[in-house]
This record gives sequence, structure tokens and C-alpha cells, in this order.
Amino acid sequence: MIPDLGKYADAVMSAYAVSLLLLVLLVIVSWRRAAKVKRDLEEIEGKGQSDG
Amino acid sequence: MASLWEYANPKKFIDTTSRFIPWLFGSALICLVTGLVWGFFFTPDDFRQGSTVKIIYLHVPSALMAINAWLMMLVASLIWIVRRHHVSALAARAAAPVGVVMTLIALATGAIWGQPMWGTWWAWDPRLTSFLILFLFYLGYIALWEAIENDDTAADLTSILCLVGSVFALLSRYAVNFWNQGLHQGASLSLDKEENVHDVFYHPLLICIAGFVLLFIALVFLRTQTEIRARRMRALMARERLTA
Repeated sequence: MIPDLGKYADAVMSAYAVSLLLLVLLVIVSWRRAAKVKRDLEEIEGKGQSDG
Repeated sequence: MASLWEYANPKKFIDTTSRFIPWLFGSALICLVTGLVWGFFFTPDDFRQGSTVKIIYLHVPSALMAINAWLMMLVASLIWIVRRHHVSALAARAAAPVGVVMTLIALATGAIWGQPMWGTWWAWDPRLTSFLILFLFYLGYIALWEAIENDDTAADLTSILCLVGSVFALLSRYAVNFWNQGLHQGASLSLDKEENVHDVFYHPLLICIAGFVLLFIALVFLRTQTEIRARRMRALMARERLTA
């Protein structure tokens, strides 16, 4: 299935591995932080409303 | 027609971008999978560079986005300086980590590609060096935002840093044209048919570039929303401390 990359197989595969890993990490970190900050803000706003 | 400045309202920005974010992520995924699968599995080796030409589908889009992310930050910073819209300053802040990852991918794939082609991982070539400086500017920009507690002061100082760094963003793009020396080849994409990369590589490359652009926009929207909420959270907590 994987094309014959010849003597450059290591270079090509490592370039894809590093790039895709960094992109996936960036997306996961961004989503997780977005969800956490949204949750924390809702908690603070909810607390403020119940206090006031 | 709604004025562009309406989106300077944080609530309006969050409401509007929330509708687009899932579509942007979905389109980015489709483009990236299509472009990378096409490029990796269904394009031939280059007659000079062999199978390493497949690295082009990651290297060129990430390098393009590294430069354009900084230019987007420049526009957002100028809007902050002139019109004092918080959303624009926060959008610039949100784009920086995305830009730094794009720069890192461009540097890493460039080094991995350069080793078998040039016989070295790194050379102090004009384009490589200006890209490394751009990477350092990104790190400095992020560090400056983190180091200053007052959001408005941080936005002011990072905007100035962004203006200065723009010189290196442009140098990264045009270094090859300014200095006709160094190992790095000329631009892969050109309006000149002779200079442009061959069609067989060009079409999947265009799809990969579209994927990187869509991913960048999706991430900047998502991260700007996060920065807006984090800023509101800091303001509420500060108010709470004052009234306690």
C-alpha cells in the first residue's frame, strides 16, 4: 500500500510523522483549553448570579 | 450589510464564529486528507529529488502559513493600535501559537528534506536564517503576552513587537529574491509557468495549502473565543477581589 520511497523512506516518513503529530497536538491543546476556559467562565458567571 | 466593526463586539464575534468553526474544521480535514493522500500515494518521484518531493505537501503550506499568520497578526495589531478593539488584539494573541507551530513544521520538514538533498540539516542560508529569526520572534511575542499582567499594556507592547517582526516575516518570503545565494531553491509557487512546480505536484499541493489555510482560520477563531472568555474571566475575578 505504501509507495516505494527508496533510500529516502526515513526522511519522508519522519517529515510526515513530525508534521502530523504537531498539527494534531495543536488541535487537541486548542480544543481542550477552549472547553476548560468556557466551563470555568460559566462557573464564575453562575456563582456571580447566585451571589447577586 | 453589517459593518465589519460589528465583529469587534466580543459576543457578536463568538456567536458568529461558533457557527463557522465546525464547518471550517471539517473542510480543513477533507482538504488535508485529500491533498496528502493524493500527494503521498498518487504522485511520481521527482527526477532529481526522488521521493523526498513528497515533503513539499507539508513544507510549502506550513511555510506559507508561518509567514501569513504573522501578517494576519500585523493587521490585527494595527487595528488594535488605531481603533483599540480588544477582539483584534486577542485575535493576534490567539494566532501566535498557531503560527509558531507552522514555523516549527516548516523548519523541521526543511531540515529533514535538506539533509539528503544538501548533505546538511542546516545552513546559514538567507531564507533559513530569516525563518529561524521569525520563529524566535514568535516565541518572544508569546512570552511578552504571558509576562505582562495588564491586558491593554500587553496588547500595546506586543503590537510594537509585531510591527518589528514583520520585517523578518517579509524577509522570509523574499530572502531568495533579495540575495541570489544560499542553498534554498527559489519559490515553488510562481505565476511564471517555467518556474512553477510541475502540474502533477501542483494540484495536490494547492489542496494541501487550502487545508492549512482553513485549519489556520478554524484554530484562530476557536482560540480567539478562548482568549475573549479568559479575558472576561480575569475581569470578573478582579472585580470579585475588589468587592471581597
